[in-house]
Amino acid sequence: MPALTYLIVLMVVPLTLVIAYAFLTAGRFGGVQGPVTLDNIGRLFEPLYLGILVSSVVNAGLATFFAFLIGFPAALAITRLPATWQTAALVAVVLPFWTNFLIRTYAWIILLNREGILSDALGLVGLGPVDFLYTRQAVILGLTYAYIPLMVLPIYASLQRLDPTLLEAARNLGAGPWRRFRTILLPLTLPGIITGCLFVFIPSLGNFVIPELLGGGNSQMIGNLVRDQFLKSRDWPFGSALALMVLALLVVIVMFQASASRRTRRWGA
Amino acid sequence: MARQRTRASRASILGIAGAVCAVLLAACGGGSSGGEASPSASLDPNADLSKQSIVVSNWDAYMDPDVALKFTDTTKANITVAKHATNEEIVGKLTAGGDPGIDVAFVSGQYAQALNEAGLLEPIDPKLVPNLANLYPESKNLAFDPGNKFSVPYAWGTTGICYREDLMSAPPTSWNDLLNPAPENVKKTLMLATQPWMNLPAAKALGFSANTTDQGQLDQIKQQLLKTKPTLLGFDDVTFYERLASGEVNMAVAWDGWCNYSGDPNVKFVVPKEGADLWADTMVVLKSSKNKEAAMAYINFMIGDEMQSWMTNNILYKSPNKAVAEKAAAELGADYPNIAMTPADLAKGEGLIDLGEAAKIYQQIATEVQAS
Repeated sequence: MPALTYLIVLMVVPLTLVIAYAFLTAGRFGGVQGPVTLDNIGRLFEPLYLGILVSSVVNAGLATFFAFLIGFPAALAITRLPATWQTAALVAVVLPFWTNFLIRTYAWIILLNREGILSDALGLVGLGPVDFLYTRQAVILGLTYAYIPLMVLPIYASLQRLDPTLLEAARNLGAGPWRRFRTILLPLTLPGIITGCLFVFIPSLGNFVIPELLGGGNSQMIGNLVRDQFLKSRDWPFGSALALMVLALLVVIVMFQASASRRTRRWGA
Repeated sequence: MARQRTRASRASILGIAGAVCAVLLAACGGGSSGGEASPSASLDPNADLSKQSIVVSNWDAYMDPDVALKFTDTTKANITVAKHATNEEIVGKLTAGGDPGIDVAFVSGQYAQALNEAGLLEPIDPKLVPNLANLYPESKNLAFDPGNKFSVPYAWGTTGICYREDLMSAPPTSWNDLLNPAPENVKKTLMLATQPWMNLPAAKALGFSANTTDQGQLDQIKQQLLKTKPTLLGFDDVTFYERLASGEVNMAVAWDGWCNYSGDPNVKFVVPKEGADLWADTMVVLKSSKNKEAAMAYINFMIGDEMQSWMTNNILYKSPNKAVAEKAAAELGADYPNIAMTPADLAKGEGLIDLGEAAKIYQQIATEVQAS
């Protein structure tokens, strides 16, 4: 019963509001009023907004990919540490979360700007100065950095559950490192990997601070668009419609994830 | 006016917090319709203020931190200070219906205009705000509220170009120097990402109003911005003064006080010859206030010499208080040229007003330009 209350208050009510708003007309000071309209939904299909959605998905997808490339070896390395060091390493992974997200993003501005450390260092070897700040690459870097811990932790958890004797047996039977990774590590940690990917992809898709601070208007994302409708245009209905579009996309992705992890459980059995 | 920018003391604005808050904020916007406020029962000039208590909502760090103590010392009225991050936030709170529990709110001028159209504001009673006599006449005749019928300015200013005198072969004089930059300035310019200031340079360069709602003119503005975008380093509302200080950019569109935050004497400020805007941050009294005499006394206190001196010395915005502004111009004008601007120069700027429904079109232009 508490679970049902929780679900209704925190899920059903807000979602119903968002859906209802998406079909209403914008009020004078924000908010919504009649009449009911399909205009907001129609506007979603304008090339401008679809283009921003696609580029957001690409940004978030690339951030997820890079987070995996760095996060998987990191998680693997942590599981190889002695038990006491593992705890320390996990704390270190989570440590950045103790600092305000905006301040961490701001730190990247200092690193990436044309007169910043990175550009200066490249300048010393004759490759600079380079503009990293206000580029799409900077946005993807920022997203990757921000959410990497969310990739490491679930992968670490599934690596922990992995029976080490499987890897030992494979080695004894002559499987090389790549084969051991491909046939044992990867399939058996796939649920953790998929969870990690979702944990990185979803907040990346909705992020608006990183595109604004690091992208400098050169890489708007769907999160910026939703924020702007509510805080700048006072167009709550269209903001709600945009939010619904993102939600629909995420539902599809989560359903895919659910079916993928069902499949991996079957393999495991 | 309108700022979505965070107000903060000089010390903190240089810090991350100021920058960071600004990002989260909102900016301008508009709507339409609504009834004008009409005077309610007249206020009692002899009310016992010691029995009154008010709640004031302001941007964080935009006024003397000791304001509550000093106000109560002066008037005996009780005061509680609340904070809002953006115009949109406070307007949302005030228009949500019911008693917002706020007596005096700080909002940018065009928001005051919109709140008044919604019938939420108490007319300013000049008898209870005698310090109005100390304000520049120009500051009492702003486009959104000529004659201070429902708002009183706390700070005012304009928008122009901050530039690095030492890095440019010639200082900018026209918005076109930034919109269609010489080769030495390509990829060395920044513009503001917030409307109406994203449109402002192009609107003025093309000879249009800063408040234009004409679709044909807005299209031309958009075309100019699309043409300008590849020459920009980016859009930045938050750290542009640091990009100037580090020499990454030669020019940035900027609200006048903000050039000063770079802390670099080579950073200069110019209002281009085509003109710019005139904004004001104002104080308004809510019709729902139960202690309107204390609310008026508070506004009177805030435009007095002591509080205005604090504002102009710490925020580096211009004061509408004549004596304070003249003193600041003499003392700070050499280091902070915007402070030395005369009200006559300032009043050449076009007053920003509520854009109403056109706010959506402005934002759509911002989205399209940034997505291009």
